[in-house]
Amino acid sequence: MQFFFEVLIGGLLAGVMYSLVALGFVLVYKASGVFNFAQGAMVFFAALTTVGFISMGAPFWLAVALALLAMVALAFFTERMVLRPLVNQPQITLFMATIGLAFFIEGVAQLTWGAQVHALDLGIADEPIAWLMDNTGMNISKFDLVASGIAAALVAVLAIFFNKTRTGRALRAVADDHQAALAVGISLQRIWVIVWVVAGFVALVTGLLWGARNGVQFALTFLALKALPVLILGGFESIAGAIVGGLIVGASEKLAEVYIGPHVGGGIESWFPYVLALAFLLVRPEGLFGERRIDRV
Amino acid sequence: MTAGRKIDRPILEIDEISLAFGGVVALQGVSFEVREHEIRAIIGPNGAGKSSMLNVINGVYHPQQGTVAFKGRKRRDVDPHEAAQQGIARTFQNIALFRGMTVLDNIMTGRNLKMKSNFLQQAVYWGAARREELEHRAKVEAVIDFLEIQHIRKTPVGRLPYGLQKRVELARALAAEPELLLLDEPMAGMNLEEKQDMSRFILDVNDQLGTTIVLIEHDMSVVMDLSDRVVVLDYGRKIADGTPDEVRNNKDVIDAYLGVAH
Amino acid sequence: MLYREAGQFKTTYAADQQLFPIRQDRIGMAILLAAVFVGVPLAAATPAIAGAIDFNYWFSGVLIPFLIFSLAALGLNILTGYAGQLSLGTAAFMAVGAFAAYNFELRVPGIPMLASFILAGVVAALIGIVFGLPSLRIKGFYLAVATLAAQFFVVWALTKFGWFSNYSSSGVITAQKLAVFGYAVDTPVKRYLLVLAIVSVMALAAKNMVRSSIGRAWMAVRDMDVAAEVVGIPMMKTKLLAFAISSFYCGVAGALYAFAYLGTVEPAGFELELSFRILFMIIVGGVGSILGSFLGAAFIVLLPIFMDLSAASIERSFGFALPAGLVSNLTLILFGALIIFFLVVEPLGLARLWQIAKEKLRLWPFPH
Repeated sequence: MQFFFEVLIGGLLAGVMYSLVALGFVLVYKASGVFNFAQGAMVFFAALTTVGFISMGAPFWLAVALALLAMVALAFFTERMVLRPLVNQPQITLFMATIGLAFFIEGVAQLTWGAQVHALDLGIADEPIAWLMDNTGMNISKFDLVASGIAAALVAVLAIFFNKTRTGRALRAVADDHQAALAVGISLQRIWVIVWVVAGFVALVTGLLWGARNGVQFALTFLALKALPVLILGGFESIAGAIVGGLIVGASEKLAEVYIGPHVGGGIESWFPYVLALAFLLVRPEGLFGERRIDRV
Repeated sequence: MTAGRKIDRPILEIDEISLAFGGVVALQGVSFEVREHEIRAIIGPNGAGKSSMLNVINGVYHPQQGTVAFKGRKRRDVDPHEAAQQGIARTFQNIALFRGMTVLDNIMTGRNLKMKSNFLQQAVYWGAARREELEHRAKVEAVIDFLEIQHIRKTPVGRLPYGLQKRVELARALAAEPELLLLDEPMAGMNLEEKQDMSRFILDVNDQLGTTIVLIEHDMSVVMDLSDRVVVLDYGRKIADGTPDEVRNNKDVIDAYLGVAH
Repeated sequence: MLYREAGQFKTTYAADQQLFPIRQDRIGMAILLAAVFVGVPLAAATPAIAGAIDFNYWFSGVLIPFLIFSLAALGLNILTGYAGQLSLGTAAFMAVGAFAAYNFELRVPGIPMLASFILAGVVAALIGIVFGLPSLRIKGFYLAVATLAAQFFVVWALTKFGWFSNYSSSGVITAQKLAVFGYAVDTPVKRYLLVLAIVSVMALAAKNMVRSSIGRAWMAVRDMDVAAEVVGIPMMKTKLLAFAISSFYCGVAGALYAFAYLGTVEPAGFELELSFRILFMIIVGGVGSILGSFLGAAFIVLLPIFMDLSAASIERSFGFALPAGLVSNLTLILFGALIIFFLVVEPLGLARLWQIAKEKLRLWPFPH
């Protein structure tokens, strides 16, 4: 039983990390209706830029600040070169454009900083929390707990931002209808830059946490794909959904691997979340928190 | 309306249809019937439930209560696909043409139900599939001639002006050789000349092909001139049912349009 | 003035329905077919020309992969371009084809190789139908998840269950020697001709299907599925047929990939990356276009080669070695930029550009 809880909690904490990735997607989708496939590449780029500056001798805080600056520059670049020329194009076109963007960012990142794996040390050790270990015998990583805390804080801030501020309202308006937003005087370009800067910031936090955990390497770009089942479960437009979805995916993935995995040879984490998401979609096509679309003819 | 066309027994019977979306009631206990070979208009203020009524008839919406009987067969729920198979065709308020295809291809999709060759035969093409293509192409060309759109047959529909798109949509519906044709605001957005053309086409369809027509229309003069009988809806309920003259002088109808509170 | 239709009147619908209604197109196509089927092999057999050009490299490294990827792109185009069902699992269906063909050859003694390929395609088609079932309830973008599930699941299954690869380590299989109707297909020229023949036939079949009622049904479902239903097009049959036929094409492409190109394949060689590569081929080449599948495949196959050749010649002329990975990263950057460029400038891809060029050619040398 204790083992079950250990796996469950481990899964939940891993799930929080997934939520973080999904959060970046939800932000961009909520505010511009675009599924940003390049989010994974942005995570990679942010993390790589940070370790790149650190390896050049910069102190941690400076490296992070410079990386953030780089993300801001990236946001401007994306708005100008990708979003503006494709305004009002169908969703699928924008999605494919973000795939192109992902490749572009990956190439630039590796060209600038090289392709080796970098380690990132955030100062929090990936060891079992002593107190828990002694009292309950459960092995839960300190790092995972801190990461969850950071993610939770980030989510709270973003939720407030979206729902309570004027800019947040403008962001939601833009997501709903570009033309209508323009008609009430919202500057699409400004909004998009803001969105992508925020998404870049989330990418940076995500990149630092994931990079510290798994090393900063090219595989980070595939986080984009891991986020997809999370988004399907939680809906593409809900911050709360990203959290819940991430937790469900993380937990079920670990549990499936531990309890079902041995019977089929292991390694089912590669496809289990997708099959889960798929099964879910068949029952509820708009996700847990998504809005049901009614096609009017 | 023209002598020589015999209006027959009912081909469509709507019985106590009620339809709601969540909390919004679209139709409440609506009943009326449509006789074969007639032109029946459904009118009413905006939001009265007219499009919803058409959607129920051809299965796009499924009512919570009531039944629809087409050619004597009663049912509540039907698939749009089945409705098409039974001989119901329709056009849409906001034009539902396939934008990636030419006019000719759009109209050919109207014949899809009648084409029997399978994909293997079509992959080979020479033989059965080709014969069938040419046979149905001839039928489609007859519709194209009928609606006078020969000059645009190879144009992608996205490039056509609004009025012509509406005509192409009508052509697609006609290509299926339907017994019942549902037209949702066929004149919307047209100028006087285009309306006259469209009216002439609708009358010709009814007259020469004998198709029963149910149409939704806002232009009162069109309704009065074209239709044999009229149903008036308001807030999802039927408030009048009769000839254009009867309906025009009905107090409830006048109130509904003028917006008297009730 | 060469490309004029003056004097070419169509007096029957049959004449209008031809694949190449304009006579110049027919002549052009005939020349092209003669060139690829006869001209190229002849050139390869002529000592004078063969000495100057490394035909083996061009056959094995350029033309054969180009043809095979065109076939896979065709398959994907049928599903995503014509029927509008986004698929990110193309590579998985290719993998199914490759492994199925291998197993048929291995376990059914005396089976003709072409039959193995066809059966491999059929197996891929069946898998395609299974993963296409969700399309009946899920639309558009979400459907990508179903095909992603297919992509990851298939690769995992082929690796995990040793039966598929005859219990070799990490699932590697070595394709059996190619032989058709008793003739060994063992030189690059012969492989090229075999692949060319198969791809040509299947391309013709695809072209025929898209101009028939099934093609129109697919496009109707893509453009507005509610209206398609109202017109009487059967949703389930149309969508599942798209998945089945598309997967068949990808399966055969996968079989050729293993048997006529690489020789040795493993599940890891059919990863998501490959699916994306083929998706780019149809984006660049033109979604919803048979010609586009070929143009896109040519572009994506030739681009890295072009980059490598340029890098090599720069290194030669300037006499220094470029940093490792520079070319591959630049290729990545170029890829990404080109995708965006195409989506902005011409979302209908190279095929549309070709069409515009032809229209301009009809007027040339007059401006309008």
